[in-house]
Amino acid sequence: MATPILEVVDLVKRYRAVEAVAGISFAIPAGTCFGLLGPNGAGKTTALEVIEGIIPATSGEILFKGAPKTASFCDEVGIQFQHTALLDFLTVRDTLLIFRNLYQEVESLEYLVELCNLQEIMGNRNNKISGGQAQRLMLALALLNKPTLLFLDEPSTGLDPQSRRHLWDIVRSIKEQGKTVVLTTHSMDEAEYLCDEIVIMDHGRIIAQGSPPELVRRHCSGTIISLPRERVTIPLADLPLPAREVNGQMEITVERINVGLETLLNLKIDLSEMTVHSPNLEDVFLNLTGRKLRE
Amino acid sequence: MSWKRIWTMFKARNYEFFRDTAAFGWNFLFPFLIIAGFAIAFGGRDFSALKVGVFPSVAEKVDFSRSNLPEKFLKTEHLEFIGFSDLESGLAKLRHHQIDFLVRQDSPTPQYWQLASSPKGYLAERLFESSFVPDDHGFGIKETVAGVETRYIDWLFPGILGMNMMFSALWGVGYVIVRYRKNGALKRLKVTPLTAFEYLTAQALSRIFLLTFTLIVVFFGADLLFSFRMAGSHLDLLIVFVLGGLSLTSIGLLVASRGTSEDFTSGALNFISWPMMFLSEVWFSLEGAPQWVKSFAELLPLTHLLRAARKIMNDGATLTQVSSECLVLIGVTLFCLVVGAALFSWNE
Repeated sequence: MATPILEVVDLVKRYRAVEAVAGISFAIPAGTCFGLLGPNGAGKTTALEVIEGIIPATSGEILFKGAPKTASFCDEVGIQFQHTALLDFLTVRDTLLIFRNLYQEVESLEYLVELCNLQEIMGNRNNKISGGQAQRLMLALALLNKPTLLFLDEPSTGLDPQSRRHLWDIVRSIKEQGKTVVLTTHSMDEAEYLCDEIVIMDHGRIIAQGSPPELVRRHCSGTIISLPRERVTIPLADLPLPAREVNGQMEITVERINVGLETLLNLKIDLSEMTVHSPNLEDVFLNLTGRKLRE
Repeated sequence: MSWKRIWTMFKARNYEFFRDTAAFGWNFLFPFLIIAGFAIAFGGRDFSALKVGVFPSVAEKVDFSRSNLPEKFLKTEHLEFIGFSDLESGLAKLRHHQIDFLVRQDSPTPQYWQLASSPKGYLAERLFESSFVPDDHGFGIKETVAGVETRYIDWLFPGILGMNMMFSALWGVGYVIVRYRKNGALKRLKVTPLTAFEYLTAQALSRIFLLTFTLIVVFFGADLLFSFRMAGSHLDLLIVFVLGGLSLTSIGLLVASRGTSEDFTSGALNFISWPMMFLSEVWFSLEGAPQWVKSFAELLPLTHLLRAARKIMNDGATLTQVSSECLVLIGVTLFCLVVGAALFSWNE
């Protein structure tokens, strides 16, 4: 079996009484997209920053290409932070050129400008570009040194749907070049679309790990019918199907959709605002924790 | 250590400074404003003059035509007479130390007022009393010192340059680094091959370059306007200011080596800069101050910078003659840079 490009062993990060990361372990094969999925405050960003070397670990081990990290780690990885800033009075072009000069081996600027769609803002100052443009610039900076391992911390936060989709396409094309991508997200769509393997984190711990289809198979079954709570006029205990209330919606799980619908119609339940969906990562998280990812 | 990375960060900081038109403009305008203000307020006037209020009189120009004051007192040099219409208006100014002495000019018997706590009032009283006694040239030997005199503005000019350098060095480095740490700009740099020492060196060099650039423009600009006395070598003065700038910049780097609170940093920088402003002889000499104040002032790098600059500008001293001041400035720089680099954190 090939050596994982990154291996995390029993990683702990503690801030006085608070255990932000409580002993997580995983290994990431080269060339894959690996996701850390979890709600806000789950410990994803802290775990990522410890791995990146931004903050020190309380305990645990991080192996890069099978060995402890060395000074060359920052030459081989690219990082896009969730929250960061650039020098206000520099233009996008200045910024790219300055960061480019900090590395030995660098990517072609033309390629990055085109990949991240920065042509139109190259002359703009960093404090005059939009949030989406700043995210694309940050991604270009993360790719400047031709990294073999790319860390993206909530890369699509604050982006409009079109920019988000564009970002996903960029990440996919990066992965197709054989680079390894590690990303944190609280978006199940993003994780499902981009990630080959996911760990789901909650309260600093890993509560599930696997590929998105595997996780769904392992933790969910059947089909889910959602209805506004008020449509279900009978007591929950009298409903002959497994159901639960989530944020004012009644979620009823059925093994066979036809049988389920027939049962609900026989109970004279109004199905006019009904939605039906197959289980996804959101349902996995709900089943594991009793909460939604965005709660 | 990579000079390419240092050069890159040096350029980045310089771009920022020159493109921030507000900060850039203020760095040049501030010393001009201070010097111009002092030149206008005190230009050509004797700072040691005692202000003597005289009543009754019309305001401003005093009419002595019907005065009973002795001629000798009225002709005393370095006295400035200010007219008041009545006693009350004169007393109001005396109580607020706006004049040093108040005298009635139409009284046959000498009548005057002074504040009990005012040293200048005491001196004016002694002069007033002596003016009633005939001159006695029978004591001592008087010798007049001739030559080029140093005006207050000549003495003040190095102080203004040094003060501007101090604020620019401390805030331009210390405050900026803390702001970058707080907003995450330093965190972004941390994950590149750039080392803390390279970053700090680039910041210090950039600040020195900017300080020197500002210093040269302000020096020659102010000299054109006010024609300052420059007895020594321009190059020696430049070297002294570069050493002073390095020492002040390194203090800024040390203060900014850790922390993300701009308020705390601002407080710390004020705590450092205000004693220097008042005790390093920017505005006035410490001659006559208590010994402990003078000893404390010796700990401040600005004291040594200004002493060396004044020796060169006012007295024509050479670099060798100010070597002890230069050594202190180099020592402060090395200490602060080494400790600052050891304590430096990109994100904490």
